[in-house]
Amino acid sequence: MSSGQWIEACEVDDIEVEDVIRFDHEDRTFAIYRTEKGDFFASDGYCTHEKFHLSNGLVMGNVIECPKHNGRFDIATGQAKRAPVCVDLKTYPVKIEADKVYIQI
Amino acid sequence: MKDYGMVIVGAGEAGARAAVELRTQGWTGAITMIGNERWHPYERPPLSKHQLYEAGEPAPTTILGSDRLNEHNIGLLTSDAAVRINRQAHNVELVSGIQVPYERLLLATGANPRKLSVQGNAAEEMLYLRTFADAIRIREQLQPGKRVAVIGGGFIGLEVAASAVTKGCEVTLVEVAPRILMRGVPEQIAVMVEERHRAAGVKFKIGVMIESVDKEVSGEYVISLADGTTVNCDVIITGIGAIPEMTLAVTSELEVDNGVKVSELLVTSDPDIFAAGDCCSFPHPLYGGKRIRLEAWRNAQDQGTHVAGNMLGAAVPYSALPWFWSDQYDQTLQVAGLSETTDTTVERDLGEAGKLFFHVATDGRLVSVSGMGPSGGIAKEFRLAEMLIEKQVRPELAALSDPSRRLKELLRA
Ligand SMILES: Cc1cc2nc3c(=O)[nH]c(=O)nc-3n(C[C@H](O)[C@H](O)[C@H](O)COP(=O)(O)OP(=O)(O)OC[C@H]3O[C@@H](n4cnc5c(N)ncnc54)[C@H](O)[C@@H]3O)c2cc1C
Ligand code: FES
Repeated sequence: MSSGQWIEACEVDDIEVEDVIRFDHEDRTFAIYRTEKGDFFASDGYCTHEKFHLSNGLVMGNVIECPKHNGRFDIATGQAKRAPVCVDLKTYPVKIEADKVYIQI
Repeated sequence: MKDYGMVIVGAGEAGARAAVELRTQGWTGAITMIGNERWHPYERPPLSKHQLYEAGEPAPTTILGSDRLNEHNIGLLTSDAAVRINRQAHNVELVSGIQVPYERLLLATGANPRKLSVQGNAAEEMLYLRTFADAIRIREQLQPGKRVAVIGGGFIGLEVAASAVTKGCEVTLVEVAPRILMRGVPEQIAVMVEERHRAAGVKFKIGVMIESVDKEVSGEYVISLADGTTVNCDVIITGIGAIPEMTLAVTSELEVDNGVKVSELLVTSDPDIFAAGDCCSFPHPLYGGKRIRLEAWRNAQDQGTHVAGNMLGAAVPYSALPWFWSDQYDQTLQVAGLSETTDTTVERDLGEAGKLFFHVATDGRLVSVSGMGPSGGIAKEFRLAEMLIEKQVRPELAALSDPSRRLKELLRA
């Protein structure tokens, strides 16, 4: 467990406003979000219900909706917001430097 | 009075969601679920998909295991069936002889496969798929090299065909109608689905009646078709639709109409008895109160969750958009809303990500959308399309067909 390591995930402009992309690092998958207000967040890439890519989901405000069964999470806190998801999503700190998005894993 | 709890007949998708939601919404009395299968409530969609072909010991995908039943203090009686509702006495009688008193009762009894009535000595040997037990029986038959006939080109038949061919079987699908997916899916998508199946090696016999199903002394089955040809095979799996399970409603003289008849509050003709999921027909407010019955996972889940509130007195109409998905090979297919043959269909081509078809009613309202593409590819656009339908928008057709025009913008307009 090398925790606290910052890694470069993508460019700011790789993510559309109010959207999410998938970022793979080594054998892990993350989801990186950009909200309408311009905030960036990061979480585990898979839904906690079944192993499904959240990056295919829809971002609305601060909520990501899983495309598989429409479970929802708060993207800032990872909190499970709507059934069938009941396990919170793990989130990661994000920083922006020189138009690049870094996440701490 | 404390004994008069909430009672749910049918421990499936809708019943399980209702049980949890009753607790979540603060009901502190007893909650009892009665299920005639031997398992805890489980998901049916995997039964026709990976559970038919994946290696390893198959197990049902449990919705409510012992932990969560205990956590929510929900009682579950398995392998026992409700046989009678005594509406005056407010109780349900079970096969085992137990009488369970209810304050409010939910019927969440699902549906049963429609049986194909056909001539021949093997008509009773065809396999059907609804339960985990059925899936195990079919799974055992799907051995590499076996010749499998699937009767019915609806979702379940097609998913079984995909699973069987994935397993290495030789598959022939027989459909009586002029094309597959006649119910609720536009022809454009049916064509894409059929092409995908043909590419995987599935053979089709379409638009032809079945005359008889016989078993030869060799053990081989012979399906004789009206065009004079036969399909010779080792196993026959039939998926020609489902019939709502409403025996209890009929015997206790509740109103029925293509299912247990409920109002938009999901209440039956008895104010203390509710119904949800595949077993009930309900009026849909988004479609002018048209009475519909769905056989769809999300509807069962949403109605189960919704009805709990109304059982506790909320009186909120149910209006969730009908939605269905199917996975076949690497493709996912989705349908939302209800369409009529008079609708105008507009195609939105997302390239590699798949295609959406919007269905616009004669009054200009977007009423339905269907789509197909690689898993995940169409998800975002599809979800936005659903929201457009829910908002009852009358979109400009040119904007729908142009993938460079963002659907989110239409939603904001
Ligand atoms: C093979 C298969 C694949 C599917 N795939 C998809 C899919 O990909 N996408 C999709 O949207 N939908 C799919 N569905 C549909 C979805 O699974 C159903 O809509 C959903 O399960 C309906 O839930 P329900 O609670 O109404 O009924 P069910 O889940 O059928 O539960 C009803 C339960 O009640 C029990 N019961 C009935 N009568 C009694 C009685 N008198 N006493 C006690 N118990 C009783 C039944 O045995 C059953 O266990 C699929 C269904 C099947 C069968
Ligand atoms: S996989 Fe995400 S909600 Fe089911």
